[in-house]
Amino acid sequence: MLNLSLKELSLALGSKKFTSVELTQFFLNRIKKFNSSLNAFITIDEEKSLAMAKKSDQLIQSGSKSCLTGIPIAQKDIFCADGWKTTCGSKMLENFIAPYNSTVIKKFNESGAVNIGKTNMDEFAMGSSNETSYFGTVKNPWNHDCVPGGSSGGSAAAVAARLAPAATGTDTGGSIRQPASLCGFTGLKPTYGLVSRYGMIAFASSLDQAGPMAISAEDCALMLEVMTGYDNKDSTSINRKKQNYTNCLDEKIEGVRIGVPKEFFEDTLNPDVQKVVQEALTQYEKLGAKIINISLPNNFLAIPAYYVIAPAEASSNLSRYDGVRYGYRTKEYDDLMDMYFKTRQEGFGDEVKRRILIGTYVLSAGYFDAYYLKAQKIRRLIANDFKHAYEKCDVILGPSAPSVAFNSGEKQEDPLAMYMQDIFTISTNLAGLPAMSVPAGFIKDLPVGLQLIGNHFEESKILNMAHVYQQNTDWHLHKPKGID
Amino acid sequence: MNWDIVIGIETHVQLKTNTKQFSGAPVEFGKEPNSQACLVSMAYPGVLPVLNKESVNSAIRFGLSIEAEIASRSIFARKNYFYPDLPKGYQISQFELPIVGKGKLSIDIGDDLKEVRILRAHLEEDAGKSSHGVIEGKSGIDLNRAGTPLLEIVTEPDMSSAEEAVTYAKKLHNLVQWIGICDGNMQEGSFRCDVNVSVKKKDTDVLGTRREIKNLNSFRFIKQAIDYEVNWQIERLEDGGEIEQATILFDPESGETRSMRSKEEANDYRYFPDPDLLPLIISDEDIKKIKKLMPELPEEMKLRFEKDLGLSAYDAEGITSSLDVTQYFLSLIDLGVNPKLSANWILGNLFSKLKEKDIGIENSPIPPKKLSSLISRIQDKTISNNAAKQIFEILWEDSDKEVDLIIDELGLKQISDSNKIDEIVDEVMKTNSAMVEEFKSGKDKAFNALIGQVMKASKGKANPSQVASILKEKLSK
Amino acid sequence: MSIKKEEIKKIAHLARIKVSQEELDQVEKKLDGIMTLIEKMQEVNTESIEPMSHALDIDQPLREDKVTEKDIRDKSLSLAPHADKDLFIVPQVIE
Repeated sequence: MLNLSLKELSLALGSKKFTSVELTQFFLNRIKKFNSSLNAFITIDEEKSLAMAKKSDQLIQSGSKSCLTGIPIAQKDIFCADGWKTTCGSKMLENFIAPYNSTVIKKFNESGAVNIGKTNMDEFAMGSSNETSYFGTVKNPWNHDCVPGGSSGGSAAAVAARLAPAATGTDTGGSIRQPASLCGFTGLKPTYGLVSRYGMIAFASSLDQAGPMAISAEDCALMLEVMTGYDNKDSTSINRKKQNYTNCLDEKIEGVRIGVPKEFFEDTLNPDVQKVVQEALTQYEKLGAKIINISLPNNFLAIPAYYVIAPAEASSNLSRYDGVRYGYRTKEYDDLMDMYFKTRQEGFGDEVKRRILIGTYVLSAGYFDAYYLKAQKIRRLIANDFKHAYEKCDVILGPSAPSVAFNSGEKQEDPLAMYMQDIFTISTNLAGLPAMSVPAGFIKDLPVGLQLIGNHFEESKILNMAHVYQQNTDWHLHKPKGID
Repeated sequence: MNWDIVIGIETHVQLKTNTKQFSGAPVEFGKEPNSQACLVSMAYPGVLPVLNKESVNSAIRFGLSIEAEIASRSIFARKNYFYPDLPKGYQISQFELPIVGKGKLSIDIGDDLKEVRILRAHLEEDAGKSSHGVIEGKSGIDLNRAGTPLLEIVTEPDMSSAEEAVTYAKKLHNLVQWIGICDGNMQEGSFRCDVNVSVKKKDTDVLGTRREIKNLNSFRFIKQAIDYEVNWQIERLEDGGEIEQATILFDPESGETRSMRSKEEANDYRYFPDPDLLPLIISDEDIKKIKKLMPELPEEMKLRFEKDLGLSAYDAEGITSSLDVTQYFLSLIDLGVNPKLSANWILGNLFSKLKEKDIGIENSPIPPKKLSSLISRIQDKTISNNAAKQIFEILWEDSDKEVDLIIDELGLKQISDSNKIDEIVDEVMKTNSAMVEEFKSGKDKAFNALIGQVMKASKGKANPSQVASILKEKLSK
Repeated sequence: MSIKKEEIKKIAHLARIKVSQEELDQVEKKLDGIMTLIEKMQEVNTESIEPMSHALDIDQPLREDKVTEKDIRDKSLSLAPHADKDLFIVPQVIE
């Protein structure tokens, strides 16, 4: 059960080699064994998971099974799941039992997948190391001294340590791809609008996008087929025909033009990481792809623009946490104002408060044009860079993160160093493009990820590129020590 | 000292929809607290807004009715502030690009027509309600109203007296009901005005500092609040004081205005485009479709009534002053009664009685059908106007009674048989030969005296115009 | 441009986040660092560039005006820190 792909698990369930209850129990046991050290999960509810597994077994028995029926999936604790504690990694929602299902959860439920637990994350998805979680840091299964990346750090550790066959994540500036890179598996952020945001707790609404985190590109394709689709509850959801992502995985990549942006290989990139990426490029050339040099001249502005837009939206999105209707309320207060101030001071962690303050500042009278409007214009420049690039190439390739996993605490006191983690991922969120991280090698036993960026709605293309690569390499199949 | 008064009005019109602005929760008034608040109204983590089609259509209807430009692309923005009845911590509104642009609404001031310029109208959502003292020293929040669709209509500061402001408000109140976008119920808060008031010396063009009186939900309060506020501002300025920009409340109990205490600091609302909502695109096609469904507007109808039905400008204005009045009038006409007579009766006898009893015309104890049978008896000369008034009083008490039966019972039928009138006239001329002689010698006055005698002889039942023509004929022989 | 303590106090008030006098130095230092990073934006001329609010150029969809939501009063009141008499209870609101 440990080493089977989603497709293999599905076949095994279908041919009754084992039941969903057995499979679920197997992963629940693994969680029991490893979670105390990894801290990948915030909520585990055996009873609920097993009840879901039982129902899935009935579905399988009755012959009405789809590809994920009976398979346990770890859910990032950003997705509201009816009756489940949904914390978003914050004290503010420490005891919040979601009264409804997010669209993503609903789709997994409808497919018969089993919710194996809610995974740890940076508070309100703000962070790149999972160190801002109110529920404690998560360990990187490859090296417990290191961070797993963030914000989907719990999902990342769960997938890497095989505590679940696959997991969901969300990506606002790199929160699926950077942890996938640091933990050595495959993660995909779809085109903005492809996966419904309804019920996914908002960080920065115009950038947030949910996606799969799994061992292989094929697993990601299967997950994506369940997760995508138009949702009339999300105004920004894209109304287009649902795609099949598994059909074209095996297509030949001969002649595919890979764009390599020179800005991704400048001094911010660790030379060892650069070497790994170069090797991957060589591999692709061997497989018949053409390498084309391109430029994304405004990429250096992505982080500044992002740290205006994301905090601005977040400062407003997080205003609803006021201690009135749900969530945390401070214990003692003199009056309404005092209640607001203390509730939000005590309920939010430092990084979240910093971003709320920055966001409030850039939107406030007198600064709006210089910061917020300016950032939106730069967002346009960055999107235009990609538009021009895709006139010359089919996919863009680069590193996912500037380095391998770093030590816990190393960047905690230096927000700016932490923000640099997303230097290669943020521009795709600003442009709304699909991108994925694919394992491509190791540096001193720590995994390195390769980033593939597609044009809008070209998930199939990058999945095809990743799959073909994974058919010719085995980086994605390496496992951390001590998890068997 | 001579002062000019400068008034601008922002009106919050609650749109007549089944559901909220951004969610499928019902918007019924008067339900148990928090029973009409869905996940979106409560601002649960993760929920998202989706715009109500009906509100967009309503805004377009309004835009068309004031000859405004409908924005082909408009944007929703977040207005950020904390308040316990504002669940998201921001209100979704429109800021830079509203759905309805510049338009105008004409109001009748005495015999003159004055144009009030509408600056803009935009879609937004209402907040919930805080009630105080449910528990000692605490407030209770009811989110039933949170998210209710509103159209905020903003004028230029074009009004220069409380009367003009009230006339504008009434006109707008009529219009939004007329085009079917608002139920007009002011007690339930479906139509609320924020009134900006400032005063300036007559000899200057420099506007004074304005103060905004919030949430006035009756025409009477609008008048009282402006009157009080204008006096307050003038007194203060004449005493050498200054006016500070402020948001104030009107207390109907005391008839005074006072500053709001809680909105302490000058608010910085940090408007920015709502990332959860996309640009609202309205095509010419969409507008054309809605235009086709627009009713004839009061202003157009008024002109048509003057031209086609021969109503006076005053009567036409009165008849189109509210949709209910117009509908009552149109029902009368449909039943075949004379338009001028109908207008006279509605604006005269019916109005004064309705006003006296404080009843809306839509609830008139005398329905159009009944009034039509009464008026048609005047028209066919069965009864006189005076007799009709008598019957009207009876019908007011009991509209089930048949008009013809009352006429018979009370013997109110006019004598219209010319033979009979001939007889009476002959008799009167015989007994009043002196008057006949007077008339013949040139004293016209004697004619009316003779008619009086005929009417008296017929016990008031002879048809006066018939009497006049017969008498005239006989006298000229 | 750097962010001043007075401004931090102002925005903290707008955002309803208490920043104590002791925290102020630290907060100032960190926010100042972030603002320095953001300042980089001013290096490019964006005069004729159309601001971009959304990743994709699509229109707002509209919802039919039909009731789709159920009464969730009991559930929502049970989630509240303080509810009574079907209302969410907060300290007295002063108008």
